[in-house]
Amino acid sequence: MQILSRGIATAGRAVARHNIALTLAMVTSIALLSFTRPAAAMNIQQITSPGGIQAWLVEERSVPLISMRYAFDGGSSQDPEGKPGVANFITAMMDEGAGDLTSEEYQERVEDISMRMSYDDTKDSLYGSFETLSANRDKAVELLKLSVQKPRFDDDAVQRIRQQLVANIIYSDKDPTKVAMREWYAQAFAGHPYARPSSGTAETVSKINRDDLIAYHKRIFARDNLKIVAVGDITPAELGKLIDDVFGNLPAKAELMPVAKTEPTGGSQRVIEMGVPQSVAIFGLGAMPRKDPDFMAAFIINHILGGGGFSAKLMEEVREKRGLAYSVYSYVQPDKITSILVGSVATKNASMSESLDIIRNEMKKMAENGPTEADLDAAKSYLTGSYALRFDTNSKIASQLLGLMQEGFGPDYVENRNKMIDAVTLADAKRVAARLLKSNDLIVTVVGKPDGMKSEIPAAQSRVAAPTRG
Amino acid sequence: MRLVTFPRFRFLTILALSMLALTPEAYAVDTATRATEFKLANGMDVVVIPDHRSPVVTHMVWYRVGAADEVRGKSGIAHFLEHLMFKSTDKIPVGEFSKIVSRLGGQDNAFTGHDTTAYFQRVAKDRLGKMMEMEADRMVNLRLDEKEVLTERDVILEERRSRIDNNPSALLDEQMNAALYLNDPYGTPVIGWYHEMQKLSRQDALTFYKHYYAPNNAILIVSGDVTPDEVKTLAEASYGKIPNNPDVTTVRHRPSDPPPLAPRRLEIKDPRAGNYSLQRYYLTPSYVTAKPGEAEALDLLMKITGSGTTSRIYKKLVVESKLATSAGGDYSGSNLDSGNISLYAVAADGVPLPKVEAAIDDVLAEVAKNGVTEAELARAKRSYLADYIYESDNQATLARRYGWNLAIGRTVADVENWPAAISKVTADDIKKVAGEYLNLKASVTGYLIPDQSGVAQAQDAPPPSANSELR
Repeated sequence: MQILSRGIATAGRAVARHNIALTLAMVTSIALLSFTRPAAAMNIQQITSPGGIQAWLVEERSVPLISMRYAFDGGSSQDPEGKPGVANFITAMMDEGAGDLTSEEYQERVEDISMRMSYDDTKDSLYGSFETLSANRDKAVELLKLSVQKPRFDDDAVQRIRQQLVANIIYSDKDPTKVAMREWYAQAFAGHPYARPSSGTAETVSKINRDDLIAYHKRIFARDNLKIVAVGDITPAELGKLIDDVFGNLPAKAELMPVAKTEPTGGSQRVIEMGVPQSVAIFGLGAMPRKDPDFMAAFIINHILGGGGFSAKLMEEVREKRGLAYSVYSYVQPDKITSILVGSVATKNASMSESLDIIRNEMKKMAENGPTEADLDAAKSYLTGSYALRFDTNSKIASQLLGLMQEGFGPDYVENRNKMIDAVTLADAKRVAARLLKSNDLIVTVVGKPDGMKSEIPAAQSRVAAPTRG
Repeated sequence: MRLVTFPRFRFLTILALSMLALTPEAYAVDTATRATEFKLANGMDVVVIPDHRSPVVTHMVWYRVGAADEVRGKSGIAHFLEHLMFKSTDKIPVGEFSKIVSRLGGQDNAFTGHDTTAYFQRVAKDRLGKMMEMEADRMVNLRLDEKEVLTERDVILEERRSRIDNNPSALLDEQMNAALYLNDPYGTPVIGWYHEMQKLSRQDALTFYKHYYAPNNAILIVSGDVTPDEVKTLAEASYGKIPNNPDVTTVRHRPSDPPPLAPRRLEIKDPRAGNYSLQRYYLTPSYVTAKPGEAEALDLLMKITGSGTTSRIYKKLVVESKLATSAGGDYSGSNLDSGNISLYAVAADGVPLPKVEAAIDDVLAEVAKNGVTEAELARAKRSYLADYIYESDNQATLARRYGWNLAIGRTVADVENWPAAISKVTADDIKKVAGEYLNLKASVTGYLIPDQSGVAQAQDAPPPSANSELR
């Protein structure tokens, strides 16, 4: 899984050879892609602030920058009943005025000191990203603190952002990929908070008001559900003071609603008609949770099947041999509540049925025979060899480590990660491939006008698709 | 899945970093030279940007050829060849290039623009020599099998469907560019017109390849954990062994645009358009064609006018008058022939597009008449400077910065002196370029209208070709 060339910002319209989108896996699955600098070069310090808040720090003095990434357990699965979209809404509101500063004043100050701050939400977490030049650290921390502790949620700002979010939803509702993904979740997790669209719908977002945002902020922005990583030009003592400043006054405990464990219900196909020349499909099934002893093997199996760019079977069969698609891939996403293997393919309407048959067939072959020794070696070789590529910038390091922290791993994970990959044997891989790739459980949503395809949803879906937990 | 930086129009935010700006007095920043450059005996340019924080390198080869250099009627051949470069050579079996890189723990890809085509790998530093060997090999030893070519042609047609035909905003962008450039090939999409892409052949690719792919038409960029001397040794042993091609010249002539005399307007009605939105493009000079200081002034003009929530357009249209849910614009100046300004707005519910357009025109007229404030100018300069410092955190971004600029004929000195050039821009300069280049005669305005009565002429699926049958 990689973000591939997107041309160049200065130049606009460059066309890359292929693009494996991160889609929803942007932030959460980072942990399992950990790479690291050699231990000698990257010293991860675990610090506790004077106020008792813990954080990881990697000091890097050669560039006058500080990157901080933090996360609150919560995310869109904590949206109030009947109001999906609150978490996503709040991520767009955090720079819309705080303390005594109106939205406009706040944003101008942020720009004046070239501070960078953004928020993002996933099903399980709310992520914050903060970067500043060393020279402006104090001013930037002051602004960050205001935003974290005293966001204003003024009515006019709420209204403005609401309109933007609704416009985005209307736009997304016409985007076959986004619709396919949304419907996949609705199908796989029917009746569970995961089934709700994270951004909400035009209808629910229209109803979200200032009180909803205040309530969510109060519940979720707390200290016991907070993880922090900083990388860059700062000492442990300075970081301790910084995080006390920014987070110290938050409530000690978050008020999280319990979210039931769930697993995708398997074996269905939905076709959603849209007048586009190219259909888009999302396909997926349950996978092993992050702490399952077989997780690493499952991760490698997915790499061989669909995650490894041009070395992956799906790319080979669908694109390279047959020219059916530009984009075909899969990824494993372990969330707190459930884990999934999800993939996507986009192809002209006439070829969707054929492409999905090929994908199912590749899954079946992999489940029955497992990978070859050569497949496994190539995958290990890439995964361990590209280890360091994820750690060549401050912000990448911060994101990687935050993912590990959230998964409950210690800094030693980065030392052991390659060993874990190397330890997966061919027998492990074969066994786990069979456990993981139950292609009869595949949940498929197709958006477009795919020739000869229609919805097939079993009347009673009582079987559980996800593997037993070990 | 938004695929790349094209179409350049997106809802909500457009993150277009324009050329780095730097005002040395604004922050105490080390603005020392970052890059070392030299030339191989066969004419290949080399730039090295050391960053020793992590034991990895970014290795890029940029060719001074892109979609705007194609022969008319063969649109898409530059990008098609870029795909075919991954097929095979005498040494590398079909499809193995990327697999070899992957087994070496590396990531690779390539991209094509109007002015350049670039190939890159990111690898552990001890694999750099191997990457150079492989890249040098395919610079001259490409082998193309007829069947492979036809299969890949189906892939780029799918790519076109993904990027353009499935997306009405992209179709509008394509139509607008075709209208903006009266004569310059920038009016032809990089990926190509569907009806021409369908006919591209193995021979078309080879003809293009044999002429343009040569060391004297290429730039090697290496950033990361290396020294210039290490790069020189490896480059001489690989690229240095390839003879130059005397037929390819670094002077690039393309049909140029006449002075435009009439504003162009168009609209697409499409049931797949969710919102009412508009775009406006203006033809402007680029960093290559502008008079000294002009391009920098255009960059700052658009930063202040259209970039982000503090910009004039956003404040006026989204915050104050509430005519739009989002709005903004930017300047794209890193091109060989010409630059452009682009503006966009998504209408608020029930607001007619002409009203939104009039509000944008008011903002532009105000800037052209009264210029910008010193506070706005200082903030915009600082913002660019910060981009420069943030960028030094990322070796891949740096490699691209230098590669792109050299590919359009700019120099390392241009890149590194640019901050100083930006800091010289005055409010008067900005007023002047606004008055001169926000000229409707040089513009195209496009409306995208949600409509149930007809579908834009999106390409329907062609009959599957023989080689797409399931075997």
